[in-house]
Amino acid sequence: MNFDCVINTGSSTPIYKQVTDQVRRAVATGRLAVGDQLPSVRVFAETLVLNPNTVARAYADLAREGLIESRPGRGVFLIHKRKVFTREEGCRRLEPLLEALIGEAMALDFSPADLQAALARKLSQWLSENGGRKNNE
Amino acid sequence: MSEPPVIQTRELTRYFGRKCAVQTLNLEVPRGCVFAFLGRNGSGKTTTIRMLLGMLAPTRGRATVLGCDSQALTPPVQARIGYLTEEHQLYAWMSLREAAAFQSAFYPGWNEKIFRGVIEHFGPRPEARVKDLSRGERAGLCLALTLAPDPELLILDDPALGLDPVARRTLVESMIYLTRRSDRTIFFSSHNLADVERVADYIAVLDHSVLRVCCPLESFRDNVREVRLGFTGPPPPLPHIPGLLQALRLERQLRVTCVHYNGATEKALKNLSPATMEILPLGLEDAFISYLGKQGEKSFILADTEVPS
Repeated sequence: MNFDCVINTGSSTPIYKQVTDQVRRAVATGRLAVGDQLPSVRVFAETLVLNPNTVARAYADLAREGLIESRPGRGVFLIHKRKVFTREEGCRRLEPLLEALIGEAMALDFSPADLQAALARKLSQWLSENGGRKNNE
Repeated sequence: MSEPPVIQTRELTRYFGRKCAVQTLNLEVPRGCVFAFLGRNGSGKTTTIRMLLGMLAPTRGRATVLGCDSQALTPPVQARIGYLTEEHQLYAWMSLREAAAFQSAFYPGWNEKIFRGVIEHFGPRPEARVKDLSRGERAGLCLALTLAPDPELLILDDPALGLDPVARRTLVESMIYLTRRSDRTIFFSSHNLADVERVADYIAVLDHSVLRVCCPLESFRDNVREVRLGFTGPPPPLPHIPGLLQALRLERQLRVTCVHYNGATEKALKNLSPATMEILPLGLEDAFISYLGKQGEKSFILADTEVPS
């Protein structure tokens, strides 16, 4: 499996949602591709020390979205890389990250132009590294 | 028809003299779940557990465990229940192996593989003597002795008490391992909400002898919300807010924690005409503290204290 899930207890995000968010993110960034296998509910739960029902709930949500499929006797597979969020929901989720980025940059004395340049540089670097996997639909 | 609950209490009540320890408790624990029994110290958790096991008679009401009246549990039924408490009695001079041999004589379904598995997990050698064990190893031994009979129902009274983080994680792993069999039920009390968040399907919360919450873990979290109201000047006095748990007054902000947040709550808050209004979900621990902490409005303890420059 090409992705690590990190669980934070005590977060205001419920654990099942931390799992679904991280799978979605791994798909969006290309770390998980169509046809990749996810661990079984049992293995996932025991590796991360979680109640299996929590993992099962996360998988059920992902299956409902058409992102994964459970093939009896074989395992859980990623079947589609389709748009998971509406544009509006995407913007809503991006907003706090942008705020944090700008806040940190200002605290570090970046000028708006410096920040834009840094962002553009990072983005093109990311695209050249991940570009191949981004189009694996 | 759904299966009968593994634990069921009906108006279970216990007084010690004139002090009520558990008050008209109605509780149902479904088969196959991990059920966390929460509450502050002295809220009645241990008293309830002792009544469930027939170690203490209720003043009123009754409890059934695995379908039997808790005051008349027969040895065959008791053998299907695993009970772990801090006061677990061990003979200091025994080796781990001897302790296992001694305990296994009482249980027809003793599974030596489980015993060894748990012991290995916690670390001590089977030849070690009970008196030489560290607190964590001792807890591991007690857990191994409780799990090896492969009980249908496991009742743990604050199993994480006094354990270091590594031993605690091992305990949680053992609990998750136990859920491999879907017909096994775990009922445990704890103060460690991070562990509870990892393993529990259901939670019940006792507050001053009274059951305040009994629901799936996620419903509890979903029910409690924090609302931050920003004002341009000092916040106005707070009117009656439905479901208010706590309110914290800051210089230009009111932080309100509510249970059963709904349209009525929102309307009451909007009537204060705040400049900004932000609704935040709470973590399990914060939700729990709001629920059981002191109710009502308060300002920050040190708000009026001048800091000398």
